[in-house]
Amino acid sequence: MPQPAENQSPEQKPKRWVYLLPLGLFAVLMVFFFFGLGLNPRLLPSPLIGQPAPEFSLPKLSNANELFQHTDLKGEISLLNIWATWCTSCRQEHPVLMKIAKSKQVPIYGLYYKDVPDQGVVWLQNYGNPYRENAVDEDGKVGIEWGAYGTPETFLIDQDGIIRYKHVGPISWNDWETKLLPMINSLRNNNDV
Amino acid sequence: MTPKQKQRFILVSLLVVGLGTGIGLVLMALNENINLFFTPSQVVAGEVPPDQRFRIGGMVTQGSVEKLDGELTVLFKLNDSVKEVQLKYTGILPDLFREEQGIVAEGKLNKEGVFIADQVLAKHDENYMPPEVEHALKVSGGDYYDDEVKE
Amino acid sequence: MIPELGHFALILALAIAIVQAIIPGMGLLCRRADWMAVAKPAALLQFALVLIAYGALTYSFIVHDFSVLYVANTSNSELPLIYRISGVWGAHEGSLLLWVFILSTWTAILAIYSKRYPVDMGAGVISVLGFISIGFILFTIFTSNPFLRHFPAPIDGADLNPLLQDPVMAIHPPMLYMGYVGFAVPFAFAIVALVQGRLDTAWARWVRPWALTAWVCLTGGITLGSWWAYYELGWGGWWFWDPVENASFMPWLTGTALIHSLAVTEKRHALRNWTILLAIISFSLSLLGTFLVRSGVLTSVHAFASDPTRGVFVLAFLGLVVGISLSLFAYRAWQLRTLTPFSLVSREMALLSNSVLLLVTMLTVLLGTHYPLILDALGGGKISVGPPYFNSVFIPLMIPVVFLVAIGSLIRWREDSVSTLIKQLRTPAVLAIVFASVLSLLLPGKASFTAWFALLLAFWVINSCYVQLLQRLRHSHSLMQGLRKTPRGWYGMILAHIGLGFTVVGIALSSVYSQEQDVHMVKGDDRTLGEYRFELVDVERITGPNYQADMGTIRIYKNEKELMTLHPEKRIYNVRKNVMTEAAIHSNLLRDLYVSLGEQRNIDTGAWSVRLYYKPFILWIWLGGLFMVLGGLLAVTDKRYRLEVKQEKIKLDANHAPAS
Repeated sequence: MPQPAENQSPEQKPKRWVYLLPLGLFAVLMVFFFFGLGLNPRLLPSPLIGQPAPEFSLPKLSNANELFQHTDLKGEISLLNIWATWCTSCRQEHPVLMKIAKSKQVPIYGLYYKDVPDQGVVWLQNYGNPYRENAVDEDGKVGIEWGAYGTPETFLIDQDGIIRYKHVGPISWNDWETKLLPMINSLRNNNDV
Repeated sequence: MTPKQKQRFILVSLLVVGLGTGIGLVLMALNENINLFFTPSQVVAGEVPPDQRFRIGGMVTQGSVEKLDGELTVLFKLNDSVKEVQLKYTGILPDLFREEQGIVAEGKLNKEGVFIADQVLAKHDENYMPPEVEHALKVSGGDYYDDEVKE
Repeated sequence: MIPELGHFALILALAIAIVQAIIPGMGLLCRRADWMAVAKPAALLQFALVLIAYGALTYSFIVHDFSVLYVANTSNSELPLIYRISGVWGAHEGSLLLWVFILSTWTAILAIYSKRYPVDMGAGVISVLGFISIGFILFTIFTSNPFLRHFPAPIDGADLNPLLQDPVMAIHPPMLYMGYVGFAVPFAFAIVALVQGRLDTAWARWVRPWALTAWVCLTGGITLGSWWAYYELGWGGWWFWDPVENASFMPWLTGTALIHSLAVTEKRHALRNWTILLAIISFSLSLLGTFLVRSGVLTSVHAFASDPTRGVFVLAFLGLVVGISLSLFAYRAWQLRTLTPFSLVSREMALLSNSVLLLVTMLTVLLGTHYPLILDALGGGKISVGPPYFNSVFIPLMIPVVFLVAIGSLIRWREDSVSTLIKQLRTPAVLAIVFASVLSLLLPGKASFTAWFALLLAFWVINSCYVQLLQRLRHSHSLMQGLRKTPRGWYGMILAHIGLGFTVVGIALSSVYSQEQDVHMVKGDDRTLGEYRFELVDVERITGPNYQADMGTIRIYKNEKELMTLHPEKRIYNVRKNVMTEAAIHSNLLRDLYVSLGEQRNIDTGAWSVRLYYKPFILWIWLGGLFMVLGGLLAVTDKRYRLEVKQEKIKLDANHAPAS
């Protein structure tokens, strides 16, 4: 059997490479997985950032006869959170919203998205209500105008009703402390100046 | 040393042949069977070469679904909140096909710019949005101004 | 109180798993028999604790304890008892607990029979399994705890996904998991063999029943899953090359290679490192299967559904387990390599070729599954790799595999001559050509080369099986004696290979000769499909236990004679409002008639879109799977795995006694 000369060397180096091959392939795969993890788009550019909040006028969840309007968002820095009872990630996010609400740093408004009002009322009774007020967007039209393509999503709106930031996916306490809260503080400071 | 070398030779050549065939097949198949994904904005902007099969993803536009009578053809529009594309599909729609629902369709554009779908996919999960739809909406959001300039 | 008990038991189980992993492991390295002796009681105790945890969660499901978040998310007060029990593994958290439970069960069984192995081997294996258990329990407790409470409890739960409310789907996941987790045992044996440098035929004999059991469970799980998809998803497909399916299919491919390579290692002491590598790969793919699919990294499904902490944990654990074992392999297997020469024309060679082909097939599936992810990571845009890719790669690779199955089971070990082989295989080959030709002429519909070729391959395998039987009998005195003397493992192999032939027949004939029509029908309409005429008699509204449905009545005629009436349904489940298609199927060995309702097209005319399928021989796909499972079970019960192991033990105990 003809063999290349180096195969006959006592160290058998080429052979050792063969044994390292599975490890090498696996390492390559791991690199891709790592990037794959990083791919989940969490910071998304939104055309709405820097723009006034889209106009809307929807019934309130607490009282269907009253309207909640985009103008209600002006005058104070606030968060607008898009949620629904069918959304499991919202349930995951909920304790964080409760904590934020308790901290009294900023009011949270809710856009109750593509869901039945009664269920939302029960849900809030069961789990607790972090929202100052909820707008019921039963057919999801307003949500679309806000550029929502999933739940939960959260918008940071400044004193003038301008959208400053959009967070996609559930907010973690870390997100609140490292992203949202610093932004809120800097918005406040700018205003004071 | 001879049987040792022989066995090693057999092993190595087997691996090489096996892997070679595998890689060859894979490359051929990947070349032919990959579907590129386009968003309604890209389609409207004419980014899709003619006669190419591709996938399109977006939200089914509210009020756009029209079921033709006496046959299985359905007309509907898909949007990515910026642009809209007309689709035509003949067949049975998935259970989760609804207006305002994210779906992915596979097929070709015809001369009139109508997307003739031969497959419509919607996933069996309320919380699920096909990743490509999500991507479509994301991209349409990000490139919003660029598209306006182009128009 | 009960969920807290379960949570507490799980934490204790973690502590015990740490003991189980570290002390016997140290005992193995330091050669301390007293430390190794900890393995068995620790494994049993861990099992008892996990059993309590698992029981506690099941109890919470049965009594509708909706204060447990997981129960509230996956159950409902209307849910029937059986689905409350199966609901435990209806979502991520519970299925992880099931994973841990099955792992500790396998470990406990191994511990009970640990006297069959040398003390150090048994202790080492239990230690490795303990390490895996630590990882899984940590993952469960920190990222996916099913025992979390939430206050106040909701009045009712969000219900189990209706897709999972099906008897087959209730047992499919545990089967699959038993397979996945089952490969942890050969993996542990492989690791200990590498550490100890003990890699002999006895070792292979200890591992074989475990690898076979895992393979049987995985085969069963995949077969059930495919059958379920066929009748439950409502459009007659049975395999979609979906990432979730691929995740279970990849370890099956390498697992199949593993059980064959183990046979070579046991009989001929050859391909030892190859066997070790396959054991490591099979378990790694099982980890990939459970983890990455569940966490959503692999499919990168909904960005919100995949929790990044889970993803990072998964990746770290996978990297640790696979990285360490492959490094160990690179370092030790190289040192342990030996050569057992065999000729190009030998059974070793045939089995090796097939396992290489299976491995390559697995790699192509792996690539196809991850290609979108890879391309995306490289900035190549969004693409999808569909079934055409997999079919055009998989089928050409499987043809030589099936071809070699017949040769591999007939050819002699070590060395055979091509001429004797040809002489043996001449008859089955000629018969296969005759059978395939006759049968493809008898089949209704146009003659097809694909169908003929598939039949040829299937008969080639099946014919070779009875040639082998005849060969065996020729060497024995009487028929009965010959049959009795033949070990069960051999019968198992024959059965599994026949099963493979059946599956090939089913896949080829059903895909070539199927007739499908999606049609628009109003009451009284009829459509003809081949020899069958389908008439839509009525569609009425009915009420089920937890759903509302439109039920169709479709009468089927053959030659104007009424054959049967089928009732497909379109259900809407009360709680989640999911729409589900329940197909109505009439099966026999020759064909399936498949009817499902699409959607109501027009309320005024009562028009519906309806799917009508005629699928010949499709049942054979799963029948083949059943045969493979039965064959595997038969092989597991082979006497030699018990008897010879006992002798081994006595011999080895004598050897190891002074060490302790």
